[in-house]
Amino acid sequence: MSHPAFGALNYWFVQYRRTWRSSLFSTLIVPTFYLAGIGIGVGGYIDDDYAGVGYLAYLAPGLLAVSAVQTAVGEASWPVYGAIKFNKQYLPMLASPLRVIDIVLGHLGFILFQIVFSVLVFFLTMLLFGVPQSGWAPLAIVAGALTGMAVATPVYAAAANAKSDDTFTVLNRFGVIPMTLFSGVFFPVEQLPALIQPLAWASPLWHGTELARVWTLGMDSALFVPLHVAYLLVWAVVGFYLARTVLTRRLVV
Amino acid sequence: MSPDATMIIARGLTKRFEDRVAVAGIDIDVRAGEIFGFLGPNGAGKSSTMRMIGCVSPPSGGTLRILGMDAHREGPAIRARLGVVPQEDQLDWELTVRENLLVYARYFGISRSVARRRADELLEFVQLADRANEKVDALSGGMRRRLTIARALVNEPRIVLLDEPTTGLDPQARHLVWERLFRLKQRGVTLVLTTHYMDEAEQLCDRLVVMDGGSIVAEGSPRELLERYCTREVVELRFGLDAPLAELADKVTDLAERVEVLPDRLLLYVPDGDTTLPALHDRNLTPTSVLVRRGTLEDVFLHLTGRTLVD
Amino acid sequence: MWVSRIATGSGAVLERNYMVHRRGLIAFLSGFCEPVFFLFSLGMGMGALVGHITLPDGRVVEYAVFVAPAMLAVSAMNGAVAECVFNVYSKLKYMKLYDAVLNTPVTPMGIVLGEIAWALLRGGIYGAAFLALMALMGLTPSAWAFLALPGVVLIGWTFAALSMAGTTFIRSWQDYDVVATLSFLMFMFSATFTPLETYPEWVQLLIQATPLYHGVTLLRGLTTGAVSFGLLIHVAYLIAVAVVSLIVTAYRMGRALQR
Repeated sequence: MSHPAFGALNYWFVQYRRTWRSSLFSTLIVPTFYLAGIGIGVGGYIDDDYAGVGYLAYLAPGLLAVSAVQTAVGEASWPVYGAIKFNKQYLPMLASPLRVIDIVLGHLGFILFQIVFSVLVFFLTMLLFGVPQSGWAPLAIVAGALTGMAVATPVYAAAANAKSDDTFTVLNRFGVIPMTLFSGVFFPVEQLPALIQPLAWASPLWHGTELARVWTLGMDSALFVPLHVAYLLVWAVVGFYLARTVLTRRLVV
Repeated sequence: MSPDATMIIARGLTKRFEDRVAVAGIDIDVRAGEIFGFLGPNGAGKSSTMRMIGCVSPPSGGTLRILGMDAHREGPAIRARLGVVPQEDQLDWELTVRENLLVYARYFGISRSVARRRADELLEFVQLADRANEKVDALSGGMRRRLTIARALVNEPRIVLLDEPTTGLDPQARHLVWERLFRLKQRGVTLVLTTHYMDEAEQLCDRLVVMDGGSIVAEGSPRELLERYCTREVVELRFGLDAPLAELADKVTDLAERVEVLPDRLLLYVPDGDTTLPALHDRNLTPTSVLVRRGTLEDVFLHLTGRTLVD
Repeated sequence: MWVSRIATGSGAVLERNYMVHRRGLIAFLSGFCEPVFFLFSLGMGMGALVGHITLPDGRVVEYAVFVAPAMLAVSAMNGAVAECVFNVYSKLKYMKLYDAVLNTPVTPMGIVLGEIAWALLRGGIYGAAFLALMALMGLTPSAWAFLALPGVVLIGWTFAALSMAGTTFIRSWQDYDVVATLSFLMFMFSATFTPLETYPEWVQLLIQATPLYHGVTLLRGLTTGAVSFGLLIHVAYLIAVAVVSLIVTAYRMGRALQR
């Protein structure tokens, strides 16, 4: 018999079969236009040889990680909050032999699927723009998945804990937006004031961006790869246990 | 307007949606100060009628005059003097109990100071004063219903429309709602309600109409309807499993004004049940159980609208 | 008569929103941080990479001076869309808030105008803060920048009205994706990050059709001091979009609400 979490996973896929079309549009076209708009558009005003590879190639792996983060936040915030508060999808699951940990695993499995899908689309777009310069480049998809999960599990915990949607407003304004802007995606962290640089290094997105960049462009800082991977895993695992604890408190009363 | 004036007059009132006719040309007169009820199974057209009377759904045909005004052309002016308790409470979750009333008063253009005073009075009236500063989420179903009633009274309406006011409430909450509604009637407010609880209709309504399939099938006071469509008593006879109920019914038709065959029993509509029992015995009929009870509005309702499930 | 009725209704809708958000003060105040982050990342980051850029009138300015007014216009757009698509749709569909309101003398148009007024009030406050910050950071070389504030309110009005009209077409939350994608495309390509001339000619025509382009160009003209009567064309375009949207909304919202 398969793991009970597959039961919960299956639920989300059944629902996905009805709704996947609605998000396909943005998943497919946003990366293309992002790369074109910033990478080529703004890149046109930046030194052709930026960072030795050109701005488009510098930017693209970072945007791949951003896309993972956006999917992760989108899928682990509202859907989780809604599943507890409005749609009550978790309660019938809990009335079956599923345990809370299975519910969390099942839902996170589905979130992982969506992260991988959006990262994959982004990677194909990068190929289209001729960005990848290394045989290791497909590993950028792994980098994206890791970054996504490092963000998804703590966001899941926050969503399960949320009393109102103000939580997401604050999470976006003080978490996602500054992280996206200052994690070395659009410009190197070294350009930030020295006081703020450690904050950027602490963000999962910076590690994800570095990983994706190393693998896509085949740069020589591969030494740090295991460190980045380990750091992202720590976020994902700690977030997972938080999510389980919080959801247990919300559901089992 | 004189006290016995007609508050609501409908003639040939019709509501058509794209694919169906919800209300098929009905005539109604609701008098000042009475409690008027719409009875009917789900889909009978009660809620559509209520929405038209509430001036939120334009009639597709016929005339509808409320408080002497035309429902179609003078909707806002009529709504200014109506109170509405919708089927789903539609309370504002993002506000507290008291704020719900304050904001609602503002929709009527009532000044802030008057709104504050009325909100406090109404919270007393529906016994929610101690909950004034809680969010709506925290209220029980009965409390939400009472708050919705308070909200409907914030503009001191002449007419209050209540769509299934006590559906889903526990008995204590229902009785409290009934008692408050009765007080409103005593203050001279005209109440129009829909229900599919017969006890509610009997308790509250001065007059009612029974609707089925978009039309009115009967009209009168609860007592008149009972007299017209039911007998004083009903005898319920059960026989053993697989007893030939239809054949048995033939043997007793002359004993009752009407005999109804149900899947598990016979119903004999009779003026006096106690005289029926010896007659049954004389005919060697031996039911496994016998129940003599009073005829109720429920019998009238099932007789008029049928026993088949509508949805 | 109907004017005062609409005014009463929209006033009450506005008051209701104020009452709700009075409690969410922290969330409201946190909105001021967004422009700080954006302007900071522009000045510190992208600005340093791009260096300088040439304005249509031939002047050369820092990249941040070029992009900041565009960000201001984008934030006005995003605020209006968030309020009048996402919030209004959820009030319409999930909270059933308007069903209860319509039992009062308030008309559908009263609700629409009240929600738009609320969006403008919020957008105006955020816009003023954004503009003040730009001035502090030296990103408004011209005194005409003062007029950018009414400009922001105008952009907010246009997008609030457009969003309201769009909301009447939304069938389920899944259509949010289309709205989000459209605003993203405008955000990316309305001469926000690069001058219009960067694009091929046929793309330029598409861009010039978007209301955000006119908003960006208007604000950029004002904050950089490239003021001419030509800016009035952008004002006229924004007003036209708003008016047409309001007419569509008036026609459709009543039907959506009073079946």
